[in-house]
Amino acid sequence: MSATTTPHPKGTAGGNRRRRRGPRTWLAALPLLVFTGLCFGIPLGAIAFGAVTRTDPVTGAVQPTGEHLARSLQGPYLGSLIGSVQLSALTALVGGLLGVLIAQAVVTSRSTALRNATLTASGVLANFGGVPLAFAFIATVGISGVVTQLADLGSLGWSLYSFTGLTVVYLYFLIPLMVLVIAPALDGLRPQWREAAQNNGATAGQFWRHVGLPVLAPSLLGGFVLLFGTAFAAHATAAALVGGSVPLVTLKIADALSGNVLTGQENVALALGLDMILIAGLVMAVYLPLQRRSARWLR
Amino acid sequence: MLSAAVLTTLSACGAAPDQKSAGTSADGKAKVQPGAAASVADLGGMEALVAAAEKEGQLNVIALPPDWANYGEIVKAFQAKYPKIKINSENPDAASADEIAAVKSRKGQKRAPDVLDLGIAFARSGAAENLFAPYKVTAWDKIPAAQKDADGRWYNDYGGYVSIGCDAARIPNCPQTFADLLKPEYKGKVALNGNPTKSGSAFGGVYAAALANKGSFADIQPGIDFFGQLKKNGNFIPVESTPATVEKGETPISIDWDYLNAGYADQFKGKGVDWKVAVPTDGVYAQYYSQAINKEAPNPAAARLWMEFLYSAEGQNLWLKGYARPVLLPGMTQDGTADKDAVTKLPKVEGTPSFPASEELDKAKAALAQKWDKAVS
Repeated sequence: MSATTTPHPKGTAGGNRRRRRGPRTWLAALPLLVFTGLCFGIPLGAIAFGAVTRTDPVTGAVQPTGEHLARSLQGPYLGSLIGSVQLSALTALVGGLLGVLIAQAVVTSRSTALRNATLTASGVLANFGGVPLAFAFIATVGISGVVTQLADLGSLGWSLYSFTGLTVVYLYFLIPLMVLVIAPALDGLRPQWREAAQNNGATAGQFWRHVGLPVLAPSLLGGFVLLFGTAFAAHATAAALVGGSVPLVTLKIADALSGNVLTGQENVALALGLDMILIAGLVMAVYLPLQRRSARWLR
Repeated sequence: MLSAAVLTTLSACGAAPDQKSAGTSADGKAKVQPGAAASVADLGGMEALVAAAEKEGQLNVIALPPDWANYGEIVKAFQAKYPKIKINSENPDAASADEIAAVKSRKGQKRAPDVLDLGIAFARSGAAENLFAPYKVTAWDKIPAAQKDADGRWYNDYGGYVSIGCDAARIPNCPQTFADLLKPEYKGKVALNGNPTKSGSAFGGVYAAALANKGSFADIQPGIDFFGQLKKNGNFIPVESTPATVEKGETPISIDWDYLNAGYADQFKGKGVDWKVAVPTDGVYAQYYSQAINKEAPNPAAARLWMEFLYSAEGQNLWLKGYARPVLLPGMTQDGTADKDAVTKLPKVEGTPSFPASEELDKAKAALAQKWDKAVS
């Protein structure tokens, strides 16, 4: 998804973008294709199969059924899908916006030290997730956290264990991720373009509207998709932080697969997994054509 | 001499644990393979069972947390009593669903769990799926009929009551009933020990709250509404209480099994936490966990020996020491084999527990799975 820096075949002057696809090119990609087929194809097949079949517990007979998929789109399961999409979309939007602003500030600043420090920190923070992150937040702004006690955040209505709290925690690793993803694209905006625009009398606003944003659009969208996917699939942080109080699809899958209360929910969990894959696929489907359209500017 | 004879017979019969063929031994006492034995008599007595188990030399257990209902000491005691049998403890914090998954996915493997400690719903569904071996321990007749499967595929082992734990060092007046929990003085202080759609003890908490609010075993809705109300007035916090959150003061009031809450009281003595336990009088709900033997246990004799150990006075008293109420406690109190010190330390409860029927439980769970999210989010 973060393919913003992947070299793309340059279009020829006439817009004819035919690639040479000899048999040897395919051969070189074969290990990758086999790997992808094994590591993604088999689990995907297992999920899809389990989602649309029912195994009789006593006889072991397998029958096709749409029951699990139907249940995964009803009641609290549907609620958890909606909750996950809402949380992921919101955090990806806010995180994307703040990430771009920070990256732009760093890219245009003259200080290389600042730039290096920011990018390094982003690399570390973007990978700081899961239970350690949840614990860090609990210790600082949880109910008995240090900052909560000192600043009396509780009386201000702050609660870490809510949708808002979860948003803040997710932003903690999503913003650095956006900085990492978008910085190379911002670097690719050539100073000459801006100079050319200025020479032609364009204002800064006009430059961004007609040149900057259209060129950046695919990278921005790519960043958004990456952030959305990261937030959508996150489980450990949310599980450690909010348990069942914010409905999220990953938490619901965990409840259905591994619990002490509900029995016989495994196939619904698989159906939910399939729903997640479909949603991720939809989001990707919006992004890919646009990405291809103007990626050539950024080389 | 006798055990040696049985031992040779057993080993001569091949290793397949679930083979049904009856191997008649020289002395005619051991009638069946350990995997098919439905009682210790089938194996020719306790000595023969011990010998067969020692021959296997292994016992695979799963989901036995050392800090839960004294399981740490129970495993140690078994190990000390039968040093020739090595206990392999897998995934101590596993949930019942994980245990069943391990049984299913490792059919026929040496690593499959031999014995299981399950939530009641999983014991019932596992029996329906024919995953367990029927085996009646020596004390079988003393287990109340409501707490065992008639065929001996599972039976309750230990349990306790839903209780309210409270840190008296932080809370001036500890709540004694569910009704108390709604008081404004407990704002931001009341926690469950998990998500009730996943954790058995949290589910018990909601069930008890239902009973406290004119609900019944068939109607858990008042309990869900109760927590919805607690959430609305700001008393309920979604933090899942653990020993760590209790010690940090994050969950100063925690609804949990009385044996866990009582255990915390010991654990936190002298750490600035004065943990008090009350079994609420308005919502009395008890639940027991169940034992079962994997039908395809790789070590069938050791599995049966483990069961005999758990349902001996020694095993039952070890659970009791961990503040859990062993299933044989009423009988043991009568015949004087119960550990009296441990009994007096148990949180006080009035009346005898009753248990929901299978269908009532299913209905309550379905309602909970549907309504819980909306109530507390």
